[in-house]
Amino acid sequence: MKFRLLFVLLAACLLAACTSTPEKGGGAAVEDHSTTTTTEGGAAGGGGTQGQTYGAGEQAGGKFSKLNQPGSILSKRTIYFDFDSSNVKPEYQKLIEAHAQYLINHPDVTVSLEGNTDERGSREYNLALGERRAKAVKEQMVLLGVKPDQLRVVSYGEERPAVQGHNEAAWSKNRRVVIKY
Amino acid sequence: MLKRTLVILCLLLSGPAHAVLNIKITQGMEEALPIAVIPFAFDGDPQSLPLNMHITIANDLARSGRFKPMDVSDMPQKPSDFQDVNFSDWRLLGMENLVIGSIKSRDDGSYEISFRLLDVYQGKQIAGFRITTTRSTFRRTAHRISDVIFKKLTGIRGAFNTRIAYVTVKKQPDGSKQYALQIADADGFNPKVLLKSPQPLMSPAWAPDGSKIAYVSFEGNNSSIYIQNISTGQRRQVAAHRGINSAPSFSPDGNRLAMTLSKDGNPEIYVMYLADGTLRRITHNPAIDTEPDWAPDGNSLAFTSDRGGSPQIYRVNLDSDRVKRITFDGSYNARPRFSPDGKLITMVHGENGNFRIAVKNLEQGYLDVLTRASLDESPSFAPNGSMIIYATAGPRGSELAAVSADGRVHQRLALQDGEVEEPAWGPFPPSP
Repeated sequence: MKFRLLFVLLAACLLAACTSTPEKGGGAAVEDHSTTTTTEGGAAGGGGTQGQTYGAGEQAGGKFSKLNQPGSILSKRTIYFDFDSSNVKPEYQKLIEAHAQYLINHPDVTVSLEGNTDERGSREYNLALGERRAKAVKEQMVLLGVKPDQLRVVSYGEERPAVQGHNEAAWSKNRRVVIKY
Repeated sequence: MLKRTLVILCLLLSGPAHAVLNIKITQGMEEALPIAVIPFAFDGDPQSLPLNMHITIANDLARSGRFKPMDVSDMPQKPSDFQDVNFSDWRLLGMENLVIGSIKSRDDGSYEISFRLLDVYQGKQIAGFRITTTRSTFRRTAHRISDVIFKKLTGIRGAFNTRIAYVTVKKQPDGSKQYALQIADADGFNPKVLLKSPQPLMSPAWAPDGSKIAYVSFEGNNSSIYIQNISTGQRRQVAAHRGINSAPSFSPDGNRLAMTLSKDGNPEIYVMYLADGTLRRITHNPAIDTEPDWAPDGNSLAFTSDRGGSPQIYRVNLDSDRVKRITFDGSYNARPRFSPDGKLITMVHGENGNFRIAVKNLEQGYLDVLTRASLDESPSFAPNGSMIIYATAGPRGSELAAVSADGRVHQRLALQDGEVEEPAWGPFPPSP
């Protein structure tokens, strides 16, 4: 059963490799499955049920493998915000704690916290707002014990939307901080 | 409300590489002045001319929204000499002004253009000029003639012979985006790419002499500020600190660059002395301070700050560092830009989920919302203060639009291919 699943996933991996869109992380996730371990994040439970994205996972393998286990909270890397707000909502507490714990256990690993906004309002203000969101996440992780130099804050403002569209459905997916390993 | 759809299709003479802007007047002034720009006489084959002078001039005047040029097919006569003008015919048509002219080709390949602006009711000449031009400066000469006519009839200096900078975004076949910083004539012709990048480009800002553009590039996976020479293409990085490096704005004397840096913790306004790169920090506040713009007298900066809880426009005096709040209407006012006379500030005004272009009158205090869409941004005044160019959401993504400072004239400037954002209207050209 396990081997069969592995085979299917490998096939998916090959298919993914054939397409020209590099953004799918399916392939990397497959490699992780073969190592089948429980992660710290997994123990923290699968909280936060709305709107997660999965890690890109290009750098998976080796020490990053625990990060990319599908279903693990560590594979959830995105924190969403309200309009013109940089308040981290309580529902993301577990996600942030899990990544903080991982970074504490792996002090040689650094991450980028990429702040983004929706398209509304002015671009330069949004660039500043994106930074403030990323800093809000950084602050929480540092309070949890992560060394500040493991966390690189960068803002893209409204320049790199995750979802195209001029409506709240798109905007709510674009007001985000992405934890990039 | 008078609605006119005058479409000026801009075709490049050569080279398919550059996308071209297509300008459409969506609303003109009801009391727009009737004017007839009569085809200029030419002593050679009209096909050999780079463009039809009278069409370019008529399009310029129409684009301002203040003029209603007559169709050539409706003209009762097409004189090029003053003595051939039958003023009574034109009076019957209610025509107020005529432009007549002629083009002579000279042995050295240049052209001599003479034109006259006539007042139909008085039956006399208001202005008359003779200009020598070449093939390569032919279009610019047409814009200069438009400037003369505009100034004579409105009292306002024309801004037809100016340029705009903007950023185009094109989706590539592989799904990635290509960004290009471009400049073009104010009518969308002669687009020229200054920089292409797979990473976002934003916030182009003109040097006051029009020779350089500062902008923000994400090519290093973080924002950084560059200044690029337009004619040589040479550029230099002026700010690439940890954190945000953005929102460049040249001082009116061109010697300093205001900018936003978050290197000291959070976004603050700084002024860089370009000669030696030294920085002077202007704001000290834990809130967001960004988007500085110089008052025309160089003594103060307008900027956006959310120190009061929501983004609003503030003004800081550069001698005293005293900060004063400017906007109080609405929950969101950002990205201020002064009018050339310093009496108005245009901005992005957010209210009830709509983001529109507004103008604050600094003397009388009122705020005018000029646009009616919901995702307008990046307003920038023409150097004569008559129009404000901005970005708006069109059916195929971001496109440019312009509105007169009094809100009466509206235009769309659609790119035929891709998206256009972040317009910045350049300064007047140096006097010839």
